[in-house]
Amino acid sequence: MSEMIDQKRRDFVSVAGKTAAATVIAPGVFLHSVANASPRAEAVTDKVRYGMLIDSSKCADGCSDCVSACDKENGLDQLIKPEGASDDLWAQQKPRWIRAVKVKDNLTGHVSSLPMMCQHCEKPPCVDVCPTGASFRRDDGIVMVDRHTCIGCRYCMMACPYKARSFIHETVQFKQTATPRGKGCVESCNFCVHRLDNGGTTTACQDACKQGAIIFGDLKDPKSALVKALSKYPSVQLRADLKLNTGVRYSGI
Amino acid sequence: MKKISYSEWGIKSPHYWGLLAILGAVVAIGGFAALFMEHSGHWVTGMTNQVVWGLPHVFAIFLIVAASGALNIASIGSVFGKKAYKPLARLSGLLALTLLIGGLLVLVLDLGQPGRLIVAMTKYNFKSIFAWNIYLYVGFIAIVVVYLFTMMERKANDYTHTVGTIAFVWRLLLTTGTGSIFGFIVARQGYDAALMAPMFIIMSFAYGLAFYLLVLMFTFNADNRAIGDKMIARLKSLLAVFVAAIFYFVLVYHLTNLYGTENHDYEAFILLNGGIYTTLFWGGWVVAGLLLPMGILFHPALGKSRGAIAAASFLVLIGGFSAIYVVVIGGQAFPMAMFPGKTIIESGFFDGVGGAAAAYTPSLPEFLLGLGGIGVTLIATVVAVRLFQFLPASLADEAVDPHHS
Amino acid sequence: MIVFGLLFSLTATASDAAQAAKAVEGSAKADKLDACVAPTPFMRRNHFELIKHQRDVTVHEGIRKTDNSLAGCIDCHAAKDAHGEHVAVDADDQFCASCHAYTGVSFDCFSCHATKPTKTGN
Repeated sequence: MSEMIDQKRRDFVSVAGKTAAATVIAPGVFLHSVANASPRAEAVTDKVRYGMLIDSSKCADGCSDCVSACDKENGLDQLIKPEGASDDLWAQQKPRWIRAVKVKDNLTGHVSSLPMMCQHCEKPPCVDVCPTGASFRRDDGIVMVDRHTCIGCRYCMMACPYKARSFIHETVQFKQTATPRGKGCVESCNFCVHRLDNGGTTTACQDACKQGAIIFGDLKDPKSALVKALSKYPSVQLRADLKLNTGVRYSGI
Repeated sequence: MKKISYSEWGIKSPHYWGLLAILGAVVAIGGFAALFMEHSGHWVTGMTNQVVWGLPHVFAIFLIVAASGALNIASIGSVFGKKAYKPLARLSGLLALTLLIGGLLVLVLDLGQPGRLIVAMTKYNFKSIFAWNIYLYVGFIAIVVVYLFTMMERKANDYTHTVGTIAFVWRLLLTTGTGSIFGFIVARQGYDAALMAPMFIIMSFAYGLAFYLLVLMFTFNADNRAIGDKMIARLKSLLAVFVAAIFYFVLVYHLTNLYGTENHDYEAFILLNGGIYTTLFWGGWVVAGLLLPMGILFHPALGKSRGAIAAASFLVLIGGFSAIYVVVIGGQAFPMAMFPGKTIIESGFFDGVGGAAAAYTPSLPEFLLGLGGIGVTLIATVVAVRLFQFLPASLADEAVDPHHS
Repeated sequence: MIVFGLLFSLTATASDAAQAAKAVEGSAKADKLDACVAPTPFMRRNHFELIKHQRDVTVHEGIRKTDNSLAGCIDCHAAKDAHGEHVAVDADDQFCASCHAYTGVSFDCFSCHATKPTKTGN
């Protein structure tokens, strides 16, 4: 009898002590883990919203560093044309997450270069139309495809106003650990989510741009370079009339 | 009106088996095409990241739209009480089923991951019209089976009106859902229109009836069964009205589009300089599918000729196929206006450089798969009318016309 | 108990017999351990539940710090050949097939996921 009571007191003191210690130390540990870039152990929350500002005036004519970097980082350069496929058709069928686009104003003739990728809308049409819910918006704002659930119907590709999505038309020979992909599913830019989930804070395209035209960050963090740049420079959404509240903004177009 | 009797299709055995052999071959080839596409991946098709839905989807949507319309004939009898249409109801229900199954098969076999059909039937995002359509299509099959049961089981005949009404409402929802696949898309200029759903409904009326007429005339001809002049006249007039209604909807759709400057590029693409899409629109959809059939069916002499009526029905189907092709593929080929007021002069992802449309060439596997779907519809219909009593023994005026003296 | 013993011996002989050609027997990390994620009988019965739950957690919640990652499985169970290079873990004579061929259960993981560990790990 007396042993049990003692045990209960011991347990209480032990738990109380641990809780106290944890409360004191935990904030430090949390900060420490963010700084040290370790794999995420807690679920993402909507306290963060990832976004991007692209300064098209800094985008160099003819440059495609961001495209090459994205291809390399996300394993897109490992996809090879199937034997017997025509070059033209394969060029239209192979996936592309980011692409360089040049636009000219119809009236003024002003030319802008800019990279285009998934705009990570707050109200994504691709998420609305997906029958299985494979196309989804994560709590931290990243719009992506859960390719375990994707049935390859391509409805999201029809629905995307930015033509951001690609379909994998062929068997994938060289599969990547960090960026798996397979025949018959749809995919698009996911803000290098494999980097972010493992403690990284930058995307491959941002790192590759020598002109600093791409700024990636947390739209909800007033101290981030992204938010500071957004408050300094005027920027627009593409197809703002659709009211999708995109996470990617452009300035200089 | 005398009691209607139904009997199995009585064509000679060698003809029946010959027909089955041909249709079976079409289905088998379609099956192999599907296997080929699934095994190799979609690179063997003409579909790309720009035109993601191709010929299989045109076939599938055409069949599905016709399926819901084919049920109309039965509804006119059971729901609206027109006695003259009652003998036609069983075949109407059957065709609705077989057309739908053929269309759905093509759709499912074109999926990037057809093996994940179980996932599609267990995980739903109910904001997606596709998810609703899965329920609408499967539910339609169940309801039509029950509907046919009430018609064919004498003791259940009292329920025909109730079940028929449910089926009628359901098929309207189904076609609305199919049209809304396109109507709900904000991204593409050719689609984002509330008119798409009602337009699909009126198209289903005509295509379903045209299919029905052709199947009826063929099966009755082959089996020396009579179709009375009054019956043919009724069906012919109905088809003419439906085609005229489509004409009205197409007119309203394009005139409305033409009014707003923002749509002028798309209208020019469809009506003037879209190449194959313009040809199919004017030649297929308008002339072959609307003007010629109306000319034949409203004509005092031609409208009485069975051959001409059959030709008109066939033309309606050609027009329907062209219409779906223009809507589905033309709507994708037309470049998206990502930068209003600007022209894209270079792109790493075929974004309509210089306003150019996306290229799409249908491939053989896609065509064979679509054809296989039609084969499934026809083979199921042929077997069903042979084994069961779907066809009325006679549609001669003395036998079935309620006003016959 | 007996069933597991039978299964174990069956799989052992199967893998022993077939591993002759490419992979060096016992070269996988898992071969040197008794169990790592969970005891072997539990893993035999439930590994797919762990994988299936983890894939949802990783994709939808972004959680990567886990014992149950597929990449972790492959890292441990992929054998090496005579040159020290990894052999595909889903090959006919390798780890996954050692049970799956017998049970006749097919799986789709490796149409998308890498069959060999990368040099940098995750």
